[in-house]
Amino acid sequence: MRRPKPPLFLARAPYRRRRLRDAARLLPVVGIFLLLLPLLWTPDSRVALRSGDVIYFFLVWLGLIGVAAAFAPGLRGGDGTDDEED
Amino acid sequence: MPFNLLVLSCLLYVAFLFAVAFLVERRAARGRLGWLRSPLVYTLSLSIYCTAWTFYGAVGYAARSGLEFLTIYFGPTLVFIGWWWLLRKLVRIGRQYHVTSIADLISSRYGKSNLLGVIVTLIAVIAATPYIALQLQSVVLSFGVFASAAPDGSRPLDPGQTAVWVAVGLAFFTILFGTRNLDAREQHHGIVTAIAVEAVVKLVALLAVGSFVVWGIAGGVAEVIAKIDAADLSAWQVEPGRWTGLIFLSAAAVITLPRMFQVMVVENEDEGHLARASWAFPLYLLAMSLFIVPIAVVGLERMPAGSNPDMFVLTLPLAEGQGALAMLVFLGGFSSATSMVIVESIALATMISNHVMIPLWLRLRPGAAAADDLRSVVLMARRLAIAIVLALGYGYYHVSGGSAALAAIGLVAFLGVAQVLPAMLGGIFWRGATRTGALLGLLTGLVVWAYTSFLPSFGPGAALSEAVFTQGLFGLSWLRPQALFGTQTMDPITHALFWSMALNVLAFCLGSLFTFPGPVERLQGAAFVNVFEGSVGPQRWARGQVDPEALLGMAQRILGEETALSFFQDAARSQGKEGFLPDPTPTFLDQLETRLSGSVGAATAHAMISQLVGRATVTVEDLMAVASESAQLLEYSTQLEAREAELTRTAGALREANEKLTQLSLQKDAFLSQISHELRTPMTSIRAFSEILTDGDLPPEAVMRYGRIIHDEAKRLTRLLDNLLDLSVLENGSVQLNLGLASLQGMIDTALTAARQTRPDRDFLVVRDLPSEAIYLKTDADRLTQVFINLISNARKYCDAARPELRIVVRQRAGRVTVDFIDNGKGIPKDSQSLIFEKFARLTDANRAGGAGLGLAICREIMTSLGGAVAYLPGQKGAAFRVTVPLRLERQAA
Amino acid sequence: MTQHVLLIEDEPNIAEAIRFLLTRDGLRVSHAAEGAAALQMVWQDPPDLMILDHMLPGMSGLEILTAVRADPKSRDLPVLMLTARGRDREMAQEAGADCFMTKPFSNAEILAEVRSMLGQPRRGG
Repeated sequence: MRRPKPPLFLARAPYRRRRLRDAARLLPVVGIFLLLLPLLWTPDSRVALRSGDVIYFFLVWLGLIGVAAAFAPGLRGGDGTDDEED
Repeated sequence: MPFNLLVLSCLLYVAFLFAVAFLVERRAARGRLGWLRSPLVYTLSLSIYCTAWTFYGAVGYAARSGLEFLTIYFGPTLVFIGWWWLLRKLVRIGRQYHVTSIADLISSRYGKSNLLGVIVTLIAVIAATPYIALQLQSVVLSFGVFASAAPDGSRPLDPGQTAVWVAVGLAFFTILFGTRNLDAREQHHGIVTAIAVEAVVKLVALLAVGSFVVWGIAGGVAEVIAKIDAADLSAWQVEPGRWTGLIFLSAAAVITLPRMFQVMVVENEDEGHLARASWAFPLYLLAMSLFIVPIAVVGLERMPAGSNPDMFVLTLPLAEGQGALAMLVFLGGFSSATSMVIVESIALATMISNHVMIPLWLRLRPGAAAADDLRSVVLMARRLAIAIVLALGYGYYHVSGGSAALAAIGLVAFLGVAQVLPAMLGGIFWRGATRTGALLGLLTGLVVWAYTSFLPSFGPGAALSEAVFTQGLFGLSWLRPQALFGTQTMDPITHALFWSMALNVLAFCLGSLFTFPGPVERLQGAAFVNVFEGSVGPQRWARGQVDPEALLGMAQRILGEETALSFFQDAARSQGKEGFLPDPTPTFLDQLETRLSGSVGAATAHAMISQLVGRATVTVEDLMAVASESAQLLEYSTQLEAREAELTRTAGALREANEKLTQLSLQKDAFLSQISHELRTPMTSIRAFSEILTDGDLPPEAVMRYGRIIHDEAKRLTRLLDNLLDLSVLENGSVQLNLGLASLQGMIDTALTAARQTRPDRDFLVVRDLPSEAIYLKTDADRLTQVFINLISNARKYCDAARPELRIVVRQRAGRVTVDFIDNGKGIPKDSQSLIFEKFARLTDANRAGGAGLGLAICREIMTSLGGAVAYLPGQKGAAFRVTVPLRLERQAA
Repeated sequence: MTQHVLLIEDEPNIAEAIRFLLTRDGLRVSHAAEGAAALQMVWQDPPDLMILDHMLPGMSGLEILTAVRADPKSRDLPVLMLTARGRDREMAQEAGADCFMTKPFSNAEILAEVRSMLGQPRRGG
């Protein structure tokens, strides 16, 4: 038998949950961007370690964790059946 | 600090871990884990990622290479915060198919190929051995730091000896708690909890020393920042390629490292824990990294030149005279090393025993699946494998002599296990990935990794000669291990990463695209890729000629007697059977295989059941199922056809019912007319004669005669009304039965006598077999006799033969008695047979007039209430009725 | 001359009652219980009036009536139909019955009807 077609329109709550998952999937992309950004700051790649870099990296890191923590409760809800392709 | 005190506290700490593991195991055995199954413990157990390499090495890394050490934690962070869905798919597959290790996952996905399992095991062991050696080295080094700093001047102990003791102790601990139970899915609560405790210890230790350095030595955050800017860490080379490559590498490693797979997938209790871990684990990593840079900067500033930056976390507090803090740090480092070694050796031992030792055992002894005590064999194999893994680690440490080369081995090991990534991700997201593709990819990756990274890591002249380094293999310059195809601009690790992953993925994709997967492979592939779509579990077994008892025997030897018995009993019960032996249905064999694969791995479980079921590969049925698209379509259309046929049948039944209803409606009208006629006819006579009598002037005999006529006709009316009432009572089911024992012969006698009043003029020949009628029935004799009278009267009324004859045949069969009444008339036409028992029915031929068509309807109702039936018996050359009645009618509860 | 009435009725009691009434009234009554005999009597000894029951064994009353109307000799024979059922009136009139009575009827009714059909004045009237 064919798989039942997924419904075209979703209720508001599942719709929000799916978009939340989309956001969660995009988070690493944002993270990579932010973590690679400092490499473009100095034209000369050979630089001394600056405290500003350290603070920047840890702030980005903390920010990513905070956003992930905000997403986490929403990710937990719902079963797995609806998240493959949406 | 006295060195002996150090050893003592070390032992005490280990004893404490023992106690924790032991208590948790006991609680787990009683099924009361409670908070021990919480996401917190899960997250802490993931911290196995942070080994002694992190604990000691990160500071050294920072001292040497600036912020690059952060990439090792950025990778996992990115994976956990965003690719939660990837991890969840892995965990779901792991739980659903009882995956025991990463080798099992790959082997199971690609058609339960043990070859793949062996290759993955090989990669994992090669990559892990130096890593384990690294842990041993860190423990030995930390001991050494204490020994040399000991004020009592006790002699520094022999590093080799320490390493031996540590390796043996770890092997003992691991064997004790890692091989208690067989089913990898049900165990290790003790170890996981002990590791969570160790995670807390190492975090606390690192935070403590960090706080001490920042506030105790440097004098505050601002000062530390100033020091960082002032420090000479200019060696840090931000190279975008390497930076990105290392983030990718650590991201890959966190999924593919055997120990990570063990705690993340195999030990996972609840998918929901992943949601918490998605931010809590990165937070743990952040906390671990927080003070690395300050410690490195302060260490470089304070410690004498040439001191090992890897040991700053330990040497800094010691130099400042903080013995207790150093002790805590030592325990933290000890925790990092031991937890890694324990989990890694369990994971590797599971792989080695399931993919190498047990298959070998089964190959050497073909009858083993049915004959030997496999449970103890598997456990022994696993213990042996743990010992082997630790011996390899120690051997490597011993051979390399604790050289500085070990420092770089972490990344080399990461790159080694990362070779599994393409086959793994391809396996769970791409149905087209084939066994050959995975094999080619893994082999290519393994070879390129070994050539470009692993072997060169021993240094020029060790594993590869100087000549190979400078001139390339066989003197081919484009085969230089660190400049393949002339790519010289990359640093060695980026170079190895680039080439090994590129060629691995290429081989994997090309291999998959150009080969055709086998049936089992396709089934497994679909099952893994679509794991969230519910029961796509492949039907792997056809109904084989297998003795359930042999299966039980085998299961008992692997799962243990009680577990196996209850598993079989549940299966039997779900099949609706008593006892312990279910039918070897395909479903059951699948369940059993999944269960066994939790203990010995998918490939081995498959092979063992194959031995018993009597086939090593797939059957024609499997192939049929695999041609699945067409097979399913076919099945679908067959189902459609069946449904259509059913619809046609239903329509036919409906049409029939409708015809019957229409006919009944007509019959009802006819009956009303008939009732009218039946009522009016006697009333006509009664009225006419009563008027005649009223007129008077009649001779006495006429008066008498007319009076009798009036009387008879009145009786006829009464009888008609009685019948109608009788029928209505019977139909309502409110009839009161008067049960008792009665002779069938007596009832027939009575009925024949009574029926003689019907057309007494006719001479009827009655044929009976008296002996067969000598039956006593428990029934309502009056009611049954009423039926007999009716049937006999009908025969007398309607039989149109010249010499009418009635045969009464009695048969007894299985607690029921049948009485047939067969006359020699012309019978009832076929199209009327189904209607004669309807209460409004009366055959239209007015020649048969005499009743209102209620007789047979009444008979039918009576027989229903007597628990029997009356039916027209076609094909008897005359009208024939069969009465069926139970020998003993039991009074219903109602 | 005594007028002749042919009574076709299968219920013996009803037949007896009608025969008694008509005989007492001075008519000659012959009786048949079913169709074939009745038709034979119609043609052998033509009656002045036929009293025909609707529901008969064998040939039904309507069939007898149709047969009677089909024969030139009996085409104009007055026919009084008796019925015990409600909805037979139209069918009877279509088939050519001159008069129609529903059972049960009073003796006076049937006598009056028979007299009027035979063209006799009401007795004693």
